[in-house]
Amino acid sequence: MRKRLIYVGLATLALSAMSASVVAASQADIDRGKELAFSRKDGNCLACHKMDDGKLTGTIGPELANMKTRYPDRNVLFKRVWDETQFNPQTVMPPFGRHSILSKEEINRIIDYLYTL
Amino acid sequence: MPRAAKTILVIIGAVLVIPSVLAGVNPEADRKAAVEYFKQMFPKVPLKEFVNGQYALDADRRAQWQSLQDFPPYEFAVAEGKEMFETPFANGKTYASCFENGGIGIRQNYPYFDEDKKEVITLELAINQCREANGEKPLKYKKGDIASISAYMASTSDGKPFNIRIPDDPAALAAYQNGKKFYYSRRGQLNFSCASCHVKNPGKWIRADLLSPALGQPSNFPVHRSKWGELGTLHRRFAGCNKNVRAKPLPAQSTEYRDLEYFLTYMSNGLPVVGPSTRP
Ligand code: HEC
Ligand code: HEC
Repeated sequence: MRKRLIYVGLATLALSAMSASVVAASQADIDRGKELAFSRKDGNCLACHKMDDGKLTGTIGPELANMKTRYPDRNVLFKRVWDETQFNPQTVMPPFGRHSILSKEEINRIIDYLYTL
Repeated sequence: MPRAAKTILVIIGAVLVIPSVLAGVNPEADRKAAVEYFKQMFPKVPLKEFVNGQYALDADRRAQWQSLQDFPPYEFAVAEGKEMFETPFANGKTYASCFENGGIGIRQNYPYFDEDKKEVITLELAINQCREANGEKPLKYKKGDIASISAYMASTSDGKPFNIRIPDDPAALAAYQNGKKFYYSRRGQLNFSCASCHVKNPGKWIRADLLSPALGQPSNFPVHRSKWGELGTLHRRFAGCNKNVRAKPLPAQSTEYRDLEYFLTYMSNGLPVVGPSTRP
């Protein structure tokens, strides 16, 4: 029961995060997003994904490219970074939002950056 | 991290996913399924090669590694281990008195399940139990003297196939299952199980590290890692892999890590002992 409540709570949190972020991203937002995505102590996306000019990238996940075409709906992209296990329970991608690895604000900056790829 | 978030992590960490791999009806079925699974994943790698971990999977890395084998960095530690092994305790007895065959050529039988004590006995634990039985203080478990002694003992088993037994005792099977469950449980803020990396993704790169398969992993321990600049035990590596996913590492030789070693080494039955070795 307690667990159920927490899940519901998280879902609401995630939803409000998404609607709040439709404003156009500034260059500063994009730069911050790249920093968060590349840094080992934050997103560390390069551990698994080839993307942009990232060096020493891992090969566990698919290359992140053409994000605008592939994710016309920002909410979908947000949800995947928030918790990929919702889409694929077996995935090894960390549930960045659900496990508080990144805040919703940080995930939104990363998404601002992903849309430039 | 706020306390609420931590509570959520703990709750979620309890959810367990066991993929079909290694989900056999008994340990031997698990082992055979694992061998089959990794053979299919790496059809060109001969079974015995799995003891070389990442070096079995990448020709460039292997060539680099082999070029460094003329003067292995653990040689001195093994010689020291031999000397300690042969030096009598204050009571005049030696380590040899505690082990079958005087401790020579027995590494492949560890860990084993002690049916009287109802627990898994690893080689390092047996070394310390021997010391304590002879009035000596136990050694620290992750590095230093214990790694040197264990490395020397492993070197006397070079090439012998692992022969881990699970006696017909529900407690032994439970210890094995507990280790298996540990291997497949997601943990830590980053939500990985051991299997996420070493069953699902061996052969793939995680940043600049090449992931090794579960099969053969314990064979080369204790290991000299360039990162450590010295020898370390298997439980030191377990703790490192736990920390990397931001999970709290457990104490070396805790019941959980011993059960984990029991499961993991059972998977490597039939593969040769090659420790000590070197890794990045
Ligand atoms: C430990 C590995 C790992 C890390 C770290 C990781 N991912 Fe992933 N990611 C994957 C895998 C594997 C997939 C493939 C889909 C699946 O497993 O469900 C994936 C899929 C995705 C997808 C959907 C697939 C696609 O092609 O669009 C997106 C978007 C994504 N990751 C973004 C990120 C971002 C952003 C980060 C860092 C904040 C990140 N990932 C970190 C492993 C990882
Ligand atoms: C996020 C990825 C990841 C997870 C999760 C992980 N490991 Fe590792 N592990 C590595 C990497 C990277 C290495 C070094 C390269 C290699 O040998 O695989 C390694 C190495 C090892 C080695 C040494 C292999 C050798 O050839 O010397 C052992 C043993 C090991 N891991 C066991 C475990 C166990 C047990 C767990 C779970 C408690 C675990 N690992 C979880 C990434 C991981």
